[in-house]
Amino acid sequence: MEDEIRIPIEADEDLVTARAEARAMAERLGFPRPDPTLIATAISEVARNIVVHVGKGEIVLRPLQEADRYGLVVIARDRGPGIRNVEAALRDAYSGRGGLGLGLPGARRLMDDFEIESAADTGTTVTMRKWRFRDELARLREERRRLA
Amino acid sequence: MSVAILRQGDYLVASIQSDLTDSEVVALRYELAELVGRQRARGIVIDVTALDVIDSFVARSLRAIVLTVALRGAVTVVAGIQPDVAIAMVQFRLNLEPLRAALDLDAAIALLDRLTRGDAVDGG
Amino acid sequence: MTDHPKTEEERMDEEPDRSEEAGSLLQELVAYLRDNRTELREEWARRISEAELLDVMSDEEIFSEATAVYDNYVDALETGSIETLQTYARELSERIIPRGVETHEVLGIVLLLRDVLARSLFAKYQNDAELLNRILDSYEPAANRIAVTVGVSFVEERERVIHEQQETLRELSTPVLQLRDRLLILPIIGILDSARARQLTEQLLGAIRDNRATVVVIDITGVATIDRTVANHLVQTVEASRLMGASTILTGLSSEIAQTLVDLDVDLGMMKTVGDLQGGLEEAERLAGYRGPDPAGDVES
Repeated sequence: MEDEIRIPIEADEDLVTARAEARAMAERLGFPRPDPTLIATAISEVARNIVVHVGKGEIVLRPLQEADRYGLVVIARDRGPGIRNVEAALRDAYSGRGGLGLGLPGARRLMDDFEIESAADTGTTVTMRKWRFRDELARLREERRRLA
Repeated sequence: MSVAILRQGDYLVASIQSDLTDSEVVALRYELAELVGRQRARGIVIDVTALDVIDSFVARSLRAIVLTVALRGAVTVVAGIQPDVAIAMVQFRLNLEPLRAALDLDAAIALLDRLTRGDAVDGG
Repeated sequence: MTDHPKTEEERMDEEPDRSEEAGSLLQELVAYLRDNRTELREEWARRISEAELLDVMSDEEIFSEATAVYDNYVDALETGSIETLQTYARELSERIIPRGVETHEVLGIVLLLRDVLARSLFAKYQNDAELLNRILDSYEPAANRIAVTVGVSFVEERERVIHEQQETLRELSTPVLQLRDRLLILPIIGILDSARARQLTEQLLGAIRDNRATVVVIDITGVATIDRTVANHLVQTVEASRLMGASTILTGLSSEIAQTLVDLDVDLGMMKTVGDLQGGLEEAERLAGYRGPDPAGDVES
């Protein structure tokens, strides 16, 4: 099983790299379409936030393996001033109450798990995961569980 | 070069060759705004076939191009959005309202022909 | 010599000593199984043929797999770790499933091995019933764990293969039909769940690209109910189609589904809906330019 990939995010060009690496890893792991594109798009958002709002950070891509499913986790980290109002950041811009234009709600919609930690002294860490079930039965079990 | 802009009749065709950095997207915006005015183009096609990802920034920029170009009396059609990219854009819930889309360059030109027929230009 | 099986209390009293003892017993056991590898493996292979298992495999193949299984089995007994065994079991399953080996055969041969080894332990330690008991106390749980591991790995691999085959079948059966040049119809019949909706979207968008379609008719006459998730999928499909230059007409909405959509407050946005398929097709042909100019004068999507 492959190891994690770290991508320093400091400039414009790094977004191109991050998108490409994310897509490549998703494809290597066997994610079916359109997942590699969804993952790459979500990464583009969080990577841009780092460049535009902080200037420097990193993105870590790591494969995940569980009995029933396999996945990919994206950790986008910076040591910037933090997001003062995380709740607002997760709100949609067009809903009228104005999000912060950080693209986070959209990224969250593309991924399965989404967590964000942000504080003035420690910076911001966004963790997102995308999963795929190994077989039909496991997927059905999960869907049933979620609906219950 | 990341974007090739060519003239085709009354139209400008901007072909994006590869994944663009944000600066290149911004540069494209300004260049198109300027060229439309200078060349009095009636329509532009932005061919995004080569884009694997269209995120919120690119989408915002495309929207901005549509509106800016419209102020100069021209219509924009985005061509070549890939199926997976379309799914991602829609799932992301990007605001895509003013965007006119066509499957590819040929369809885009045909659409521009219809839209600019008789000099009646649709505002959007 | 004890003449009764130990009670739970007696077992627990002995616990601290037992684990050390059990450890060295296990080592003795493993050493014995390794030393007698050849005979035991042969006995096992003989019983496999007797039971007429693995008849799709040749003798050489059975021998070679039997060797690997035996060694992995003993290793698993020794280390208590089933990870290597799991990996091997998955690989083995990958090899034999296409050959047509079935679940009962795999369980059968693993249980036969367990029995062959157990019997040889009986034979070896038959003069010391107490020692035999303790050896079996070590052996049985480990052997059972191994049987379960191999069995489960096989079944999981089998499920995965079946699922893959189903996926392939699903992909091959294209529900998107080209009605006329640039006009596609996607009739949806039966239960529409999230996974199926996602797959239909991919197929539809691919068909739009391949057929250069400008109009799509999605007919849901054959769908009884839809929930919010599926309704949203439909909306997303329509929007994605628009991004590829195709406009969509939704036909065949039952009044129940129409009501559901209203109740769910689903944003049908710019999607055109027409009650019956016939009407929808006519509208589609108009949009695609087959029936002359649209009365409303606007041919755009």
